[in-house]
Amino acid sequence: MSDFTDEQVNRYARHIILPEVGGAGQRKLLDASVLIVGAGGLGSAVAMYLAAAGVGRIGLADHDAVDLTNLQRQILHTTADVGRPKTVSGAETINAINPGVDVVTIDARLDSSNASDAIAGFDLVVDGSDNFPTRYLLNDACYLAVKPLVSGAIFQYEGQVTTFNGGRPCYRCLFPSPPAPGTVPNCAQAGVFGALAGTIGTIQATEAIKLICGIGTPLVGFLLLYDALEVRFNRVRVTRDEACPLCGSSPEIMRLIDYEEFCSR
Amino acid sequence: MPKVKIPTPLRKLTKEQAEVDANGSTIRDIVDDLEKQFPGFKERMCDENGDLRRFVNVYVGEEDIRFLNGLDTEIPDGESVSIIPAVAGG
Repeated sequence: MSDFTDEQVNRYARHIILPEVGGAGQRKLLDASVLIVGAGGLGSAVAMYLAAAGVGRIGLADHDAVDLTNLQRQILHTTADVGRPKTVSGAETINAINPGVDVVTIDARLDSSNASDAIAGFDLVVDGSDNFPTRYLLNDACYLAVKPLVSGAIFQYEGQVTTFNGGRPCYRCLFPSPPAPGTVPNCAQAGVFGALAGTIGTIQATEAIKLICGIGTPLVGFLLLYDALEVRFNRVRVTRDEACPLCGSSPEIMRLIDYEEFCSR
Repeated sequence: MPKVKIPTPLRKLTKEQAEVDANGSTIRDIVDDLEKQFPGFKERMCDENGDLRRFVNVYVGEEDIRFLNGLDTEIPDGESVSIIPAVAGG
């Protein structure tokens, strides 16, 4: 335990005492770096739990400012933050929880020109974005960089979570291409149950922490579904698709694609 | 009669029911029966060629029908069907 400060031994005592995590797992967390894309509902829960767990470096990518309508679910931000960049407000909350975390903010929309650079230098990526173009972009960028991606998404009362380990299957094996513009309502049009973001984001944080510590069984090859209204969890298989345009046997996608933005607020 | 799990975005059509019964032995039968019960349902799941939309998945038990027999996948006795669209909210 000599490589921990007294403060760290106390702060992380409840993790260190878990046999599976232990001092070795806590050291891995302190040495780990995670990029969280989206400082919204999912990203809030992810960022706060990863900060609390002592993840050494947390990247926070978001290009929006805090809006009053966000506060029903985006617990990283407070009323006093309305109008401020989410990355700034998010970084403050992370460091208020744990001053030991080095927060790297990316105050830009990710696209084909900057996504590969954005994910480089992080051990894993957590997708808490709110639109399809970013989801496909992150999937493709992480697959091409062989980087684990913990994907979560919410709509109204329903959430989906899965983990991609940097190989196959990928998000495109699950959903080969995004819906056409205008065919799917977004959260602003359809609403979203606030606490659902916490449930799904917390499962994403759990997956990230497990991957870093190397414990348990990651949600690779399965999509976990949660229906908050019916309080029902369900799991379906994510199968490797030989015809996948990204990771299949004759891939067509060799570089990142910018899809038309159709699910923005 | 297979039970079909309906995702939130389609529950407006099913009068907010999260699970409905549908008649048929294949997914194609089930989709046709759901269209009869809830007009407009098929259009949400299938494109103009009658193929499943690329962002809507159908599972028999845990298995994605794209990797079974597509819309002609048979539904074993007692197995449930889940309809799962891609969602993107965060």
